[in-house]
Order: sequence, then structure tokens, then C-alpha cells
Amino acid sequence: MKRIIAFITVVVVTTAIMAWTSPGLLRNVHLGLDLKGGFEILYEAEPFEAGAKVTRESLLKTAQSLEKRANQLGTSEPEVTTEGTNRIRLKLAGVTDENEVRKLMKKPSTLTFRSKDGTETLPEQFKKIELVGTDFVEGAAYVEMDQLNQPQVVIKVKDKDKFAQITERLYNKQLAIFLDEELLSAPTVRAVMTDGTASISGSYTRQEANDLRDEINRGALPLKLSEKYSQSVGATLGKQSLKQTVEAGLIASLFILIFMIGMYRVPGLIASFGLIVHTWLLILVFSLADFTLTLPGIAAIVLGVGMAVDANIITNERIREEMRLGKSILSSVKAGGKHSFRTIMDSNITTIIVAVVMYIYGTGAVKGFALVLIVEIVLSIATNIYFTRFLLNLLLKAGKLLQPKYFGVKESDIGEL
Amino acid sequence: MSFKSKLKNLDYVHISRGCYAISIALTIIGVICLSIFGLNYSVDFKAGSNVDISLTETVTKEQIEPILQELGIAEGTHVTPGADRITIRFTKVLDEDQDHQLKNEILKLDSEASFEVNTVDPEMARELARNAMLAVLWSCLGIIVYVSIRFEWRFAVAAVVSLLHDAFMVVALFSIFRLEVDLTFIIAVLTIIGYSINDTIVIFDRIRENLRFSKLKTREDLITIVNKSVSQTIMRSLYTALTVFIAALFLLLLGGASIKMFSLAMVIGLLFGAYSSIFIASPLWFVLKSRQKNKPAKAS
Repeated sequence: MKRIIAFITVVVVTTAIMAWTSPGLLRNVHLGLDLKGGFEILYEAEPFEAGAKVTRESLLKTAQSLEKRANQLGTSEPEVTTEGTNRIRLKLAGVTDENEVRKLMKKPSTLTFRSKDGTETLPEQFKKIELVGTDFVEGAAYVEMDQLNQPQVVIKVKDKDKFAQITERLYNKQLAIFLDEELLSAPTVRAVMTDGTASISGSYTRQEANDLRDEINRGALPLKLSEKYSQSVGATLGKQSLKQTVEAGLIASLFILIFMIGMYRVPGLIASFGLIVHTWLLILVFSLADFTLTLPGIAAIVLGVGMAVDANIITNERIREEMRLGKSILSSVKAGGKHSFRTIMDSNITTIIVAVVMYIYGTGAVKGFALVLIVEIVLSIATNIYFTRFLLNLLLKAGKLLQPKYFGVKESDIGEL
Repeated sequence: MSFKSKLKNLDYVHISRGCYAISIALTIIGVICLSIFGLNYSVDFKAGSNVDISLTETVTKEQIEPILQELGIAEGTHVTPGADRITIRFTKVLDEDQDHQLKNEILKLDSEASFEVNTVDPEMARELARNAMLAVLWSCLGIIVYVSIRFEWRFAVAAVVSLLHDAFMVVALFSIFRLEVDLTFIIAVLTIIGYSINDTIVIFDRIRENLRFSKLKTREDLITIVNKSVSQTIMRSLYTALTVFIAALFLLLLGGASIKMFSLAMVIGLLFGAYSSIFIASPLWFVLKSRQKNKPAKAS
């Protein structure tokens, strides 16, 4: 009797916990852009100077600057991550105007000072790069009035000596100031600059000068970025995919549960319960670990439900086999559990090997899928072996279930083999 | 019951000879088809843009085409209309302005339209494909090492042959029927590998167990062991294949449009996975093992 109470308590308490926490957990799960809509860009970074290498430090700096800019868009939690040695992935949820994003991300303030190297064919061409964004003091640009009361933007150079040398070398020659590929001004050097400041003057209005200052101060990017991949998903489309796939998953799961119960009766019922606990745990892990759930991730969960019952099918088939050999129910369950354990471990470990490789080599969606698969297999071993066996044993030791029919085995089949 | 008994009493080793013939024939057709037609790559693998539009009103292909003409992006474009969805595939990468103009034009037709735009650089695509190949390679190596340690090398070889068979069959069918290969296809193939090996190992585990309690003297003993092991696990193999198949089938029928090809690949792969575990992997192990058994017999 005690065991029956224990069994009921475990089931009721587990169900209550799941029912109570599920809505909150589901709300917490971080959805990928393919499900909630948004814009994703993958940039490849290269240095401005030919022959130079992309360093880890410069890549991180670029990523930080991008993040700052993304924050200015006012989207919630922009995600900026570096990938490999020279890539930056940018994810923005709920962005509607991709053009705006592209402009803001790429356009601003890759400020360069350039001079002529003699091979230029047009007067506004300057091929030799003298100073790049990182050579300037970050966020130090300001607007001041020149002698003619015209607004000009003043920027500070980090290395005064270097700037002095450049201006000395270019004495009486032009030193052009570029913002990206846009020529801002091309003053002729009239004096060697030793104070480390340079000014950009044009016929700016006060407003134009302020805008230019802000653009420069937004943070100079140490690296040049080119777009390698982009994906934009409308919010409606994302929601539609989410709804359809979740529905498909629920219907599939229902069929699988019906199959398990029809096939294995009481152990099937327990397996079904284990399966629900398994799915709940999966969501719990995703919620706590703050993993991002993508559309392929949901597909992995749905497929995983099908695969997770495998452990139960193996165990139950084995138990039935032992029963048909004429063993008692208790010893059949024991032997079945023991024999199937090794099978389940070996078969799942090989699947984990594949999933881990997929995680290592995958990018984006592939990684998301592999992650679900790994978490799922580990959890399925926990719930479908330990948890469901624990429940089954409670019932058996309580003296219930002592007839083969509860296992879906016909009396007439026993001893058939 | 009689069906079950029949299944359990089949001579799997014998049947497998026919299966080898079928699989080899399919493989040859696949290789020919792949080398002539290749795969129908989506933008994930080929430079270009893919625009998916979810519509609330009926917009026909005839309405879309003039827009593309006008924007000068119609060349090589493929428009696939659907009930509430239109997919336009461009062989060139749309630039920001074209992208913007296209959206504006379509919003004029349907103000509630929702877009999904994918753009890939060809370099990126090559890298994706290379990584997929590396993933398959390393997965196979990992499995060979693990199975060789836990079982023996013959099991490892048989398992890897059968999983490569499954993966290749899916690739071949996608080539033959000109189905679109996108990024999720890679996931599907890798998952099929994971599933197929899982299935195979369950049967191998049983062979390993049965080997322990038997003394092998003749080739017939070995055949008996393989047949017995397959028949003991056949119901499990079928049931598990069925449950995963249910999951994949519903994803295919009801799931989101962007994982359609993934689900289709999974459905095909699962069927081949179940088939190869039963009819290819174990009989192949038998072939390898019987060679070893025969050698000392001849020597003595």
C-alpha cells in the first residue's frame, strides 16, 4: 500500500510541478529569429591595411562597436557574437527596416586619413591610407568654430608623433579625410601638426557638423566588414512557422503516446508519462541555460520524442521476451532492464558522437539542432531509463501488475519460443 | 500474430543478398544521377537571394513577374506560387535597394505581406558544404573508434557502410527527383546518420550477446546467430522506426514551410535507416566474420 501511495504521490507531484511551471518556462524560452522574426547578418572582417591580420582583439572591438550601434536601433537585446577568427554574427529581433540596419551598421565612422601614392587617375582619389579608425582617440571628436566662425569637427590622434611625421612628410600635399568611401575634405598640409589634433572643415552647417561628430564618435570600427550572409524573417511568418511546427509536434506526440499505450499497456502508460516529463525537462534546460530555440530545434524536439521512446521500446520488448521465455514478471522486468541498459547506452552514445560532431562543425541552425539533440539524448536516458523504471518498480513491488496482460503479452504466447 | 511469426522466422542473411543487389543498383543510379545533374542547391549553397512571402491576399505569378521585370531583376528568377505563400529565387544577390523596392511593390499588392529574405555569399556556401562533409567524416571516424572499442572492428565497418548507404540514398533521391537541397538538408542527413547508427547498434548488441552463449563451428552457426539476433530485435526495430517516422511525417505534413525539405529527407532517411540496419548491416557483418572463421578451418 505504501508503495502505491508513493507511486501516486510521485505522479501527482510531478504533474503539478509541470503544470505550474510550464507557462512561465515557455515564456522564458529564448526563441530564434526564425521564429520571432528579425534580421541576421554575418559579416566577414578584414583589416584596412593590406597584409595585416585580423587579431582577436580587433575582432572583439569591432563586435563591441557593432553592439553599441545595434543598441541605438532600440531593438531588444541585440545579439552580437564572433565566429571563428574573422566573422561577426549580428542578430536583431523585431527589426522591420533592414536597410536602416545595414546603413547604421556599416556606414558610420570608418574614418581614414589618406594621401596620394602617385597612381591615382582622378583628383579625388587617394590610395595610400595613412591613419585608420583605431588611430584616433575614441569618442573624442567635438565641434568648434574656426576663425571664420564656421563649424568644424576636431578629432584627436592617439599617437602625436606619428601624426607629426605624416604631416611632415606630406607638407604642402593633400591629406584627405574619408568616412568610409566618402571624401569629407582634402586639405593641404600647411604646417607640421605636433599637438595631435586634426580638424575637418567644410561648409558645414552647425547641424551637419554635429551629425558628423556623432557619426565619428559612435566608435570607429577597427576592421572593414563585408556581408557574407543575411536572413530576414517577418514576424508574422516566424509566428506562423512556430505555430505550425508546434502543432505538428503535438499531434505526432499524441500518436506516439497512443501507440505506446496500445502496445505496452501499463508500462506504455508509464513510458508516456516519462515522455511528457522528458519534454518538460528539455524546456526547463533550455529556459535555465538560456539556449536559443530555433525552428530546426523544434523539429529536433519532435523527432526526439520519437527517438526517446526508443529506450522504452527496447526495455519493454526485452521484458516481453523474457516473459515469453516463461520467466516470472518480476524477474522478467529485472532481466529486461539489465539487458537493455547496455543496448541503450551503446546506441545512444553513438548518436551523441554524431550530434557532438554536428555541433562542432555546424553554424547557426545546425548548431541549434545539434544542441537540442545532445540535451535530448542525455535527458532521455535519465527519464526513460531511471524515472520510468523507478515508477514501474514501485507498482510491481506494490504487488500490482502481476499479470502478463498488463504488459501487452498474451498468456498463450508464453513459452512459445 | 502470424505476420509477426513470419517476420521472426525470415532468413535475413539469405534475403540480404537480394538487398545488396538493390542497394548497389540504387547507389550506381545515384552516382550517375549526381554526376550528371548534381544537386538542386538552394540559396544556402549557391550565391543568390531567396525571398519567401507570406500573403493574406491572392497574388499570382502573373502579378509578380512585371514587378521583377520593372526592377530589372527578372533574369534567371524562379517564382514558385502557393496558396498563401510565394517564393522567389534570384540567382544574383539582391542589393539593398532592390530588396527594398521589391518589398514596397509587393506591399502595394498585399499590405499584410510578411517576408523572409535569405542571402548567401558563394564563399560561405562552399564553406557550409565543406563543413558538412567534414562532419560526416568525423562522425564516421568517431563511430568506428567507439564501436571498435565496445564491439570489434567488423561491427564498426558494417555499421559505417550501412550509415553511409543511408546518407547516400537520401542524397541520391534528392538528386534524382530534383528536390531542393538547403541547409536543413545537411541537418537531416546528419540526423539520419545518428539515427541509423543507433538502430544498427541495437541489433549488433544482440549479436554480441548471442555470440557469448554460443560456440561457432560452422558457417551455418553464424547464419543462425545473425538470423536469430535480427528476429529477436525486429519488433523493436520496426516500432522505433514507426515512432520516429510518425514524428517526421507530421512535421512534413503540418510543420513550418522552411523545414519541409528537412522533414522529407528525414522521412526518406528513416525508411532507409530501418532497412539498412536489418538487411545490410548485420548480413555484412556476417560476410566479414565468416571470412575470418573460414581461414583457420582451411589451414587445419
